[in-house]
Amino acid sequence: MSTHRIYLFKRFERFWHWSQAALVITMLVTGFEIHGYLGGFDFKSAVLVHGYAAWALVTLWVFAIFWHFTTGEWRQYIPTFQKIFLVARHYAWGIFRGEAHPYHQTPQHKHNPLQRLAYLWLKLMINPLIWLSGAFLLIFSYDWIRTMPFGLTLADMAWTHTAAAYMMLLFFIAHVYLATTGHTPLTYIKAMITGWEDSYDGPQAGDSSPSKNA
Amino acid sequence: MKQRFAMIVSLTPALSQRARGDEETLRVVYVKVLNENQELSMAFDKRHTSHFPGGLASLGFCRWILLMGMAFGFGASAFSAEAPSAPLDNPPPSLEQTPPAPVVPIEVDKAVGQKTPQDHSRFKQLQGPFTSPEQVTQACLSCHTKAAKQMMSTIHWTWKAWNPKTRQMVGKNQVYNTFCVSPISNEQFCTVCHVGYGSTDPEKFIPFEQRTEDHVDCLVCHDQTRTYRKIPFIGGNPAMEKIAVRPGCNEVYGTDKPYVMPQDLARIAQKVKAPTRYTCGICHFYGGGGDGVKHGDLDSSLNDPSHELDVHMDAKGLNFSCQKCHETSDHHISGEHYAIDAAPKTSAFMRGFQHNGNAATCQSCHGQTPHHADKRTSTPEAAALNMHTRNIACETCHIPEFARGGKPTKMNWNYATAGKLAPNGSPLVIEDEKGWNTYWGVKGSFQWGENVVPEYRWFNGTERWMHVGDKIQPDKNGVVGVNDISGSPTDGQSKIWPFKISRNNQPYDTQTGVLAVFHSFGFDQDSYTMTYDWQKAISAGMKAAKLPFSGHYGFVKTQMYWPIAHMVAPKTKALGCVQCHADGGRLQGIDGVYMPGRSRDHQPLIERIGLLVTALAFAGVLLHGLIRVILWLRRRS
Repeated sequence: MSTHRIYLFKRFERFWHWSQAALVITMLVTGFEIHGYLGGFDFKSAVLVHGYAAWALVTLWVFAIFWHFTTGEWRQYIPTFQKIFLVARHYAWGIFRGEAHPYHQTPQHKHNPLQRLAYLWLKLMINPLIWLSGAFLLIFSYDWIRTMPFGLTLADMAWTHTAAAYMMLLFFIAHVYLATTGHTPLTYIKAMITGWEDSYDGPQAGDSSPSKNA
Repeated sequence: MKQRFAMIVSLTPALSQRARGDEETLRVVYVKVLNENQELSMAFDKRHTSHFPGGLASLGFCRWILLMGMAFGFGASAFSAEAPSAPLDNPPPSLEQTPPAPVVPIEVDKAVGQKTPQDHSRFKQLQGPFTSPEQVTQACLSCHTKAAKQMMSTIHWTWKAWNPKTRQMVGKNQVYNTFCVSPISNEQFCTVCHVGYGSTDPEKFIPFEQRTEDHVDCLVCHDQTRTYRKIPFIGGNPAMEKIAVRPGCNEVYGTDKPYVMPQDLARIAQKVKAPTRYTCGICHFYGGGGDGVKHGDLDSSLNDPSHELDVHMDAKGLNFSCQKCHETSDHHISGEHYAIDAAPKTSAFMRGFQHNGNAATCQSCHGQTPHHADKRTSTPEAAALNMHTRNIACETCHIPEFARGGKPTKMNWNYATAGKLAPNGSPLVIEDEKGWNTYWGVKGSFQWGENVVPEYRWFNGTERWMHVGDKIQPDKNGVVGVNDISGSPTDGQSKIWPFKISRNNQPYDTQTGVLAVFHSFGFDQDSYTMTYDWQKAISAGMKAAKLPFSGHYGFVKTQMYWPIAHMVAPKTKALGCVQCHADGGRLQGIDGVYMPGRSRDHQPLIERIGLLVTALAFAGVLLHGLIRVILWLRRRS
């Protein structure tokens, strides 16, 4: 078994990831506070922080979208079903036996097929939903609009936002847990901080999957 | 030069206060300057805009004024921290002496107002002596020739108003209330709060429309001495001789003593001026038979209120009179209960504009989007607060409680328990530990409230009054609404308003279902307060109201809505978000709005699925992680 280091996450990408993480956590906490589920904040601060974090995230996204398209990194999210069952089998079975991950990351293809689907779901479903509904609620709260578009009521928009928030929470829980499923629990997290990941090439004993092809 | 001097004198002390962060004072003084001399304030405006565009950075501006002041050679005393806060009426003497003498000395006459430079005490007509109050009115009318005609066309004289929403005639004699119920058959007592003089015979009521112009009572509103008093049972006349106070009724007679002395009408007439909070309050603070009883947001604490109690009437601050908001023209006073504009649409609802109707509103001065960013409020917060003004009346947040002035208000009255006597034969009186009268034999039992949290309802300004003679229509709780309100989240005319809901248990005719009019007050044997006999009292009352009475009576629960609009608290004491944005908050029962933080607005399915999926995800990752750890440990060993 050989190891080598690959540079997976560029500097902007890491900055984007962690600042987005901080903002999403902030918005989850303040959002569920506004929703009436968490104490410890006062309502007014929660609303203000939620709004400010929203604007910060918008700004971050403008840069991130620009970065994705100018660098071609958006291709990372093109879905593939190749080896998807192997990857699924790994999380359901192989991981418990200490098998190596069947998917081999390269800087060009750093996300495994399940990851790609999950991120695509995040970017094409959860994010637009939470953003659109959130943006309308935000400008409604700023007194810029008096009614919701598409014939929706304020409650409809708020419910959409809530549903999307639960999806985001689900993504967050799964994402944080799966971040510990590297070769060691900290492998992926270190990679996300430093950009460098130790790649453990080669199949483990008992793994019959074809590998070394990436 | 003279003008400029006057301006600096007026403004500088206030500006030095501004440096200490006292913005309120600046506003007060500035408003005064505006009123007093439009030209001066405009000159001030021009300068301030040209030198400090958009800024008014308070310290910089203040320093500039200071320099200007020095350049003019004024004494430093005006700029010290102890500078008087309201220098217009009484400019510091040092300042008056320093500048070059004006060509014409400025005439200042403290005794009279700015708008009416007459000294009534020097009028021959008012030298007296007056032997009847009508003589005073005749003297008034000899100059103010149309005043009586004007008065006699107002609700203060007719006790009649037109309800434009329901297209009905309303007014004290037309409708019921849940306090003394109706003035009908009780007029000689109730006219203690009528702006007219009637017969002094307790048994003889002269209808208002039969009275001549000299029966208008000018003094009750224009008195400045706080000594003029109308006396009950004598048709709204003041005491012209020594009169004994009916036991237990001292508050209505306005004295602690067992008698009232004849009034010196000439002395009062010579000091007349525009009405004050005291003169309006002498009736409106005491509605329902005592201080603060009826309204909840109007009581004698507003004679001399603190800033905390009411920011506008604040005796040491803005010191608004009632008519500052209830703008008046030709003795017609705006903003009556019978014609409420619950959701004014225009931004600047200018008083006196014909098309604006006749309501007194907050929006008249503050507009529709009154919240601005300042050192306490961020821009998004101000915007969010302005968003709330679409659905929420100003009063809802800015009058967090009513009856805040130390006087309780009557929340509940039960006539059914009346009639008990003390061992000595006088009506039984019970007071609670706070000294509040919870039972009085002549009236029944009461519940009082202080610092009362209002009840909130959608309200579009329409009140449907029960007219005298109407049959009761109890709601599902068996309660009869004497002035049911209308309003909904969708009619585009309503806002969420605060109310005092006063409740009673009052007599009605069990055969006809008509709410009883009864004879409460008088010295005759039919009046309830003399003989405690409902049968007689209702018979007499119904007869006076020209209504049939079957002879059978019972008691029915009633309620009455009182929109709350006074006792506006400082903005720091306005409601905060969580007082409504929470479960069990103040607006828990309000439909038709999505309120974040209130779980009744959640979509139950989304919540159930969302929380379930979240729980499953947690359980899933915990289980997955646990198995990983266990198997890893086993592999290692």
